[in-house]
Amino acid sequence: MGLALLVLIWLITLISTYFFVAKTWWLPAGASAAAGWIDGQFTLTFIIMGIVFLAAQLGLGYIVWRYRETPSSPPVTYSHGNTKLEIVWTTLTTILFIGLNLMGSTTWASQRFDRETPADAVKVEATGMQFAWYFRYPGADGTYAKTSAKLMDPSAGGEAAVGLDPNDPSAKDDVVTGTMYLPVNREIDLSLRSVDVIHDLFVPSLRFKQDAVPGLNIHMRFQPTAIGEYEIACAELCGLGHYKMHGMVHVVSQEDFDKWLAAREAEKQ
Amino acid sequence: MATYTPTTPIDHIGHKPPTPPPAKGGDDGRGGDIPNYGARLRRARLGMICALATVCMIFVSLTSAYVVRKGLPTFEGTSNSYVRDWGEIDLPWRLLGINTALLLISSITMEFARRNAARQAALAPVKSIPGISLGHEQSMPWLGITVILGLAFLVGQWMAWGRLHDGGFYVNTNPSSSFAFLLTITHAIHLTGGILALLWAASSSLLDKPLEVRRIAVDITAWYWHFMALLWIYVFALLGFAR
Amino acid sequence: MATAATVHSHAPQGFIRKYIFSLDHKVIGLQYFFLALTAVFVGMFLSLLMRIHMIWPTAALPLVGEIKPETYLSLLTMHGTIMVFFVLTTAPQGGFGNYFLPIQIGAPDMAFPVLNMLSFWTTFVGFVVIIAAFFVTGGAPLHGWTGYPPMSAVQSTGPGEALGADLWITSIAIFCIASLMGALNFITTTLDLRAKGMTMMRMPLTCWSWFITAILGLLAFGVLLSAGILLLMDRNLGTSFYVPLVVVNGQVMGHKGGSPLLWQHLFWFFGHPEVYIAILPGMGVASQVLSTFSRKPIFGYKAMVYAMLAIGFFGFMVWGHHMFMSGMNPYSAFAFSVLTMCIGVPSAIKTFNWLGTMWKGHIRFDTPMLYAIGFVSLFVSGGLSGPFLAQPVLDIQLHDTYFVVGHFHLIMGVAAIFGIFAATYYRFPKMFGRMMNESMGRIHFFITLAGTYAIFMPMHYLGMAGQTRRYSQFTEVAYQAKLLPLQTFMTYAAIITIAAQFIFVINLFWSMFKGPKASDNPWEATTLEWTTATPPPHDNFGGVTPVVHNGPYEYGVPGAPKDFVMQTDPATVASH
Repeated sequence: MGLALLVLIWLITLISTYFFVAKTWWLPAGASAAAGWIDGQFTLTFIIMGIVFLAAQLGLGYIVWRYRETPSSPPVTYSHGNTKLEIVWTTLTTILFIGLNLMGSTTWASQRFDRETPADAVKVEATGMQFAWYFRYPGADGTYAKTSAKLMDPSAGGEAAVGLDPNDPSAKDDVVTGTMYLPVNREIDLSLRSVDVIHDLFVPSLRFKQDAVPGLNIHMRFQPTAIGEYEIACAELCGLGHYKMHGMVHVVSQEDFDKWLAAREAEKQ
Repeated sequence: MATYTPTTPIDHIGHKPPTPPPAKGGDDGRGGDIPNYGARLRRARLGMICALATVCMIFVSLTSAYVVRKGLPTFEGTSNSYVRDWGEIDLPWRLLGINTALLLISSITMEFARRNAARQAALAPVKSIPGISLGHEQSMPWLGITVILGLAFLVGQWMAWGRLHDGGFYVNTNPSSSFAFLLTITHAIHLTGGILALLWAASSSLLDKPLEVRRIAVDITAWYWHFMALLWIYVFALLGFAR
Repeated sequence: MATAATVHSHAPQGFIRKYIFSLDHKVIGLQYFFLALTAVFVGMFLSLLMRIHMIWPTAALPLVGEIKPETYLSLLTMHGTIMVFFVLTTAPQGGFGNYFLPIQIGAPDMAFPVLNMLSFWTTFVGFVVIIAAFFVTGGAPLHGWTGYPPMSAVQSTGPGEALGADLWITSIAIFCIASLMGALNFITTTLDLRAKGMTMMRMPLTCWSWFITAILGLLAFGVLLSAGILLLMDRNLGTSFYVPLVVVNGQVMGHKGGSPLLWQHLFWFFGHPEVYIAILPGMGVASQVLSTFSRKPIFGYKAMVYAMLAIGFFGFMVWGHHMFMSGMNPYSAFAFSVLTMCIGVPSAIKTFNWLGTMWKGHIRFDTPMLYAIGFVSLFVSGGLSGPFLAQPVLDIQLHDTYFVVGHFHLIMGVAAIFGIFAATYYRFPKMFGRMMNESMGRIHFFITLAGTYAIFMPMHYLGMAGQTRRYSQFTEVAYQAKLLPLQTFMTYAAIITIAAQFIFVINLFWSMFKGPKASDNPWEATTLEWTTATPPPHDNFGGVTPVVHNGPYEYGVPGAPKDFVMQTDPATVASH
């Protein structure tokens, strides 16, 4: 029985570890400035936890087999523990865990803390509603026009869905689309809003995730670093269509971005 | 290492035959005919402290909701800015003041009732000795007075809610009125529980239960009652100062 | 206030007083146990339907027909709620705690038997109410067990958000009241009804775990209760505690200015301690079983007690780690994250001590021990994904993905269930007077352990790859569609594992009536429940008062005639 347990626990441990180490399923390739940091921290945490995992599970399997009761077992060591060992172990884990924790803090700060927004940051607003994302670009004036709850008409889509107020002069150059276009290697200043329930804009490849909460306008900062098309998945349960609240981010060159934006502006006129 | 010093024979499964019960022990329910009321009082009080801890947590969480809801603005697209919407509410302060006084007085009468019950319970064994008379005891029906004052407080609260309605403040008028109703009604429900407990304690004397049982019921209800008075002052202050 | 004394003068007569509205903590414990058993099968059946739906979305299933996306979300909500409240909170604490806390501390009953009975029947009503949510118009709610507003607070956000959601929150409120009554009773019993000589530091670790769990419950459930009342008011009275101005389906709702995050703060202030409410009793029984079947004293008894206290204490300060992505102040994430890491320390101490307990022991492989070993393995696996999720930066990738689902299922779901299994196999002889079948127990264990890992380990891979949770189908997002083979594998593993649970049920009911008779102390354990008859008499110790002379885990004491010394053995065990 001890041997069976040893085999089972070791097998589980080794198979699990294999798929982690072989990276059969792993984080998608990163395409934003934060990705390097996040992946590095992930790998570090993974290595440390992996070592503890292997040591604990393999040790458990070994102990279970080694100290099974047999007729020839020596008498047990009568012991209530070892205070010195406990203290050493506790100190070690404390340093390890808290140290690990403090390391990732710069990346967190860069994405989320309010700082001066660089003047050249690209402004985009994402609005979530059951079950679609709309993206708004403020246009040449750099100002988002006012929106009104009364004007919101999700069935009409586009500007009507987010309730753009046509009486606001700055509404003239606001562009609302169903797909997000971003220029590569530019700082993005993303505002996140929701009109009904909580949604979450999750772009795995950009290492980006943030809830969109009704009643809040959340500012986020990130910088895509590779041209490509990336999928958006809603990551906060928002209703029966949660699974199909899907969107696309097109990261394109600055040139293509300007062209695209100009075309949208022209469409609007 | 350890030493093992056997003092009594041990049977085949490794434990010694059960020892007889100690002469003096707590009221563990096996005590036979004479229940130990002291232990039961202690236990009931302990239980009451736990219950009060829970009531505290309920009001602590309501308070934090109050503070958060009051402090956090929400973003509105119509102005593209964060807006606060904490409204004003006209509380009938004079009426609430009278209610407060009623409740505080009831707390005092409750304390008299508690002491009375304790004294009666203590004297009960003496009285039961034939031939001993302690004279005719005449004391105020403190318990009854407390119940009446408690009911009067509830009626006063009812009137206060009516006044709010007259002034156009309903539970959903604005966050301030929502919290005013929420806090006072939650307190009133808790107090109703206290009144029911008092009625139960009063009925126990009619149901011919031992005086000690009545005493325990009165004692812990008194703790609860005092706590309710304190809680009311807290709610009153919260509504008054953190408007 | 009927206390122990008034009800224990003699055993009650008549079926109803004896088995239905019983005041005997042992009967109430069994009632809780069977309620949880019913609930766990309901919850497991729901998870089976979910797993099948994910892989074959349009399959017409017998009895239930084709599962629609909204039905899937109802299943998910009800699975979570039923499992967390009516299984993980009810079985270890209400069931085994009720049955064994008084016996293990040498008391004749709980401190307030009437309250105890009320607590069970209130729980029962809560269970009936939540099951009723399936059968009302619109069906059960869709908002997940966490019930985030505005979705849970506005009736038109989806089918099931009308009456179903009202029943859901009502059931939770009822459950809170029941748990508060139970917690009050556990605390008073532990503090006031211990037998002579049973100092706090001589209590079995199971009792410590129930005691700390009760304290957590006492402080946490009141918060959930008030949060629930606010939610009910938002839903039905038009208040705006949680709901700002929202437009659902083009309709402007009448709310204004509320804060959705307020619910999350209140909910997780309850929710995180709730995790420990589920797992602490498992830690307790694992310690007890590991020590008993290793024939060695528990390694570092005091450290174990302090670790549990620390886990309970920190448990109240880390709720924010569920909210890193919620729009909460990003600065506070630091504090929550560091405090969360602090919980890793006492957890690491416990693991270390469990391994230390088995080290150089004489390990006996009875089924309870297998489950306790399984518990340690799952606790390690589930625990080590914690430090990933505790870091806000990594949460950017992992929050609300299957990584989280895998993490909490391993640590609070299955590890706690393994604790319950260990307790069931370990306690069964005392509760029913018969032994469970060992071969069936072993087969059940091996399939369940392997199956558990097969279901929940791949979830970590999925999560890293970005598979978001609570998706009823994976066809809509291209990168997720590629992960479908792994999901299919998990579904097959789940079907096998769920099928294996019937071995347990057959074993349980067969052994209850046909198993070999159990002796008073079949595991040669030391704690008080093994000194009394099997099953214990009405007042637990047959008119005698146990007197405690020793600590709870005196195994392998040099010089002792047996390899274990009962707690009631007046022989002196002095360690130095």
